[in-house]
Amino acid sequence: MTCLPSHTDKKLGLVIDLDTCVGCQACVTACKEWNTGGHMAPLTDIDPYGGHADGVWFNRVHSYEHTTELGGRTVNFPRSCLHCEQPACVTVCPTGASYKRASDGIVLVDEDKCIGCKLCSWACPYGAREFDTDVGVMKKCTLCVDRIYNENLAEDDRVPACVAACPTSARHFGDLGDPVSAISQLVEERGGVALMPELGYQPTNKYLPPRARSGRAAKVDAPALEPIRAEGGFLGWVDRMLSN
Amino acid sequence: MHPAFSVVFFTTATGAGYGLLTLLGLLGGLGFTPADFWLGLVGMGLSLGLIAAGLLSSAGHLGRPERAWRALSQWRSSWLSREGVASVTTFIPACMFGIGWVFLGKSGGWVAVAGLLAAGGAVTTVCATGMIYASLKPIAQWHSRYTLPAYLIFSAMTGGVLANAWLQAFKLGSTAVLSWALLATLAGWGWKLATWRYNDRLEIPTNANTATGLAGGTVRSIEWPHTEENYVLKEMGFRIARKHSAKLRLITQVLAFAVPAILLATVFFLPWPLGAIASVLATVAQLAGMLVERWLFFAEAKHTVTLYYGRE
Repeated sequence: MTCLPSHTDKKLGLVIDLDTCVGCQACVTACKEWNTGGHMAPLTDIDPYGGHADGVWFNRVHSYEHTTELGGRTVNFPRSCLHCEQPACVTVCPTGASYKRASDGIVLVDEDKCIGCKLCSWACPYGAREFDTDVGVMKKCTLCVDRIYNENLAEDDRVPACVAACPTSARHFGDLGDPVSAISQLVEERGGVALMPELGYQPTNKYLPPRARSGRAAKVDAPALEPIRAEGGFLGWVDRMLSN
Repeated sequence: MHPAFSVVFFTTATGAGYGLLTLLGLLGGLGFTPADFWLGLVGMGLSLGLIAAGLLSSAGHLGRPERAWRALSQWRSSWLSREGVASVTTFIPACMFGIGWVFLGKSGGWVAVAGLLAAGGAVTTVCATGMIYASLKPIAQWHSRYTLPAYLIFSAMTGGVLANAWLQAFKLGSTAVLSWALLATLAGWGWKLATWRYNDRLEIPTNANTATGLAGGTVRSIEWPHTEENYVLKEMGFRIARKHSAKLRLITQVLAFAVPAILLATVFFLPWPLGAIASVLATVAQLAGMLVERWLFFAEAKHTVTLYYGRE
């Protein structure tokens, strides 16, 4: 049923640190690599080497310039499914293909039931769902449901592929429903925020805003540029004549 | 939002079809319009034909149309599923009414009951269609109190104008149906103007700051995650230039409201067949105008995901 569970035992999700994300896209490629052979496989690519490359990705990294009265800074921003507690993408689904698991809160799509009406992608404010035009069904982040419980993997590897790949440990995985879990503590400590809270989707994933400026950074003012000296001689004369 | 022609045609055609079915069920079932084979056949054919064509067109929009039957299962949470259930269910009393009124030449009794049930089903289906759009929070232009009444008014309007043309063509013009068509057209015009006015002044609390969780100051997109348009941008990042939108709003007003209103007003004074010709022209202009209106309904709707791409 596409009705939501009244309670989920766990609230598994990601916490993304916007302070340490360097925008290297490792999480993006690791996600694609794992998931194109995983639960929602394949993540179809259309015209991958042509002029109109398109395809299904579960994770997209944007870059922004955030300017305040204190100055500007570049913020790299990974965007993927937030596994909301009130996922309208699930309740709008007419077929029961979309569902939220009562055990861990993960939002999934049953590809065999999806009719490809695309309404769930309209209902998601975050653009997390991508339609596979080749297969005709909707696809989305599975929180690597086929890794996190996978007993064939070493215990350290039982985390989503994006988390395992991140070279700066900007991505964290855990139970956000448990207030004493390391990930909940991290959100508490760093003032983690939900995206578009005003829409009421109650995203499980949280984002840690960049830390406050410390003032410890070296001041590197570039010297002012000097005006170009007027060229003398024949070339200078040519330049002046042509400039007139 | 990307205005997919299949969906634009679907909502316009079924709106008119259900509007006409409502009037047929009420007028025919209660015996206000005589039970006549050819009159009934053309009326029911138009109505059910528009509905069926619309539903087929919407199925063409699906990635896996062969699984469309599954859409009838989640009526407890999904307006799209409710629309499916209501549209399929409405065919039962509509067909019974059609058999009784058209083929057996009856009205009153069980035919009246079937007619009233068909009318009720038609209104319910249009409500469900309107709610699909009105319930989508990421699209502020749709998630408003204007959306559901708009679907109902436009269905009553196009159905009324169509019903008038149908009766006029059979030389059975009714002042009541003509007045209804004219008043509904004027009401539709007023509602559309009020909706545009509301949308143009809309202040949306969601912005690039709340979308990224970066508080204060400005958030400017400096690099996209991809070089080409992806599904999200193709489906939800549709943009329309302000000047085109102004022109299309004018075309909508002329074709969907002004021309039909003037033509319908003249029908009061025109003898047959001029009145019938004017009524048919009013219908053609209005349906063409409503296709433009519905195209704009999508094109002018802005999804919150565009904020991530720096499209304010």
